[in-house]
Amino acid sequence: MPKEAIVRTIGLKKTFLLGKIPLHVLKGIDIEIYRGEYISIMGPSGSGKTTLFNMIGGLDKPTDGKVYIDEVDIAQLDAYELAWLRCRKIGYIFQTFNLIPVMTALENVMLPMIFGGMENDEAMNKAKGLLETVGLGARLHHKPFELSGGQQQRVAIARALANDPAIILADEPTGNLDLKTGKEIINLLKEMNKDKEVSIITATHDLKMLDVSDRVIWIRDGMIERIEDRENLQIKVGEVEGEEAG
Amino acid sequence: MHSEVPEKKKIGKLLKLPLNHAFNMSIRSIRIRFGRSIIVTSSIVLGIAFLMSILSSNAFIMGIMEKGPENLKIALQQNLEEMRSRQIWLVSLSLLVCVVGIVNAMLMAVTERSREIGTMKCLGALDRFIVELFLLESSMQGLAGSIIGVIIGASATIFIYLLRYQGLIWSIFPWEPLLKYSAFSILLGIIISVIGAIYPAYVSAKLEPAEAIRREV
Repeated sequence: MPKEAIVRTIGLKKTFLLGKIPLHVLKGIDIEIYRGEYISIMGPSGSGKTTLFNMIGGLDKPTDGKVYIDEVDIAQLDAYELAWLRCRKIGYIFQTFNLIPVMTALENVMLPMIFGGMENDEAMNKAKGLLETVGLGARLHHKPFELSGGQQQRVAIARALANDPAIILADEPTGNLDLKTGKEIINLLKEMNKDKEVSIITATHDLKMLDVSDRVIWIRDGMIERIEDRENLQIKVGEVEGEEAG
Repeated sequence: MHSEVPEKKKIGKLLKLPLNHAFNMSIRSIRIRFGRSIIVTSSIVLGIAFLMSILSSNAFIMGIMEKGPENLKIALQQNLEEMRSRQIWLVSLSLLVCVVGIVNAMLMAVTERSREIGTMKCLGALDRFIVELFLLESSMQGLAGSIIGVIIGASATIFIYLLRYQGLIWSIFPWEPLLKYSAFSILLGIIISVIGAIYPAYVSAKLEPAEAIRREV
């Protein structure tokens, strides 16, 4: 099977300035992520997971190094192209859900499509379909604060899928959820990964995520500690439930 | 397993925010944060009401000077010079109060929504969309607040002059300057609200999305 890199980083570095002291959060990350893969970036708090996530998603600029999304160097893009990339190519899911509070579930899912120039009716139909897919067909017109955490995260997943992105980036998607809901969200993500062939990249320290990941990238102190394939993982973790390899 | 996705290689540019959507979003945003909007709007109301009461009281004095009875004119004439300088002082003070109050309220209202702005950018919003949304929202608040402020300020002044000069004021009622001042105050209220909102919205929109989401207020 030919492997096509959807995300590639070369010598990625990020330094934050804490007052006058430079803090090296990423110290040179080289990864390749292939189309259709389910990747977990694991590591302790403060290891640079979220920073790496922001770099890959074009949400922040690296201090040094390059990020290629689908072979395009995102540092070369202007503001319009970058917005287009965020709108069409990448879907984002956050630990804190980040739905727009004034909009209903349906409108939240429609928003990226509206930005992308889709007609209103078409966007509405598609958004309804997506919300049904994530199991919220009965809650189209609820506002985020009328939904539970798990439901909000489902809306966020539907929203991330709105423009059929090639990549979904999820930063601690289960971080604010209880065990069972977290498991449901992980399964939903895996389902979308298989059905829609979208690459999923999660930054997480939720071990439940290991079960469904194709590869796990362990980060420590801003460096890649090791990259493990799923086969090797199963032996280590020991308890894997049901799920077949995708 | 692999579906071919050839045309996805190139990066496009077409992104838009239709005006009716923007309008809807702004209205909704004001309605949902109603308590918050009331505070913002009331600071506009207060500033504009203060300004309007000074201006309309000015209009009444000028009216009396033009068409009022002689004895009043003489009484007013005596301290007119002194009043002039006081008037200028008061108008500039009220303008200042107005500007500072409105800008402050807008600054708070926009800055606390930094995360929302970051999220919108993640969904593909251009900086321009965000500035547009806040421009719409703040100009609507500015319009509503200024109209209420003008009504309050003008009626308070009319009431005071009614107490002081009774029926006399109807004969000299300065319609024209009052209308002129009302229009001026409303316009000023809108302009100040928009300026007060655009600046923080622009700053937030310019941030990288990661930073906007992270920013704590």
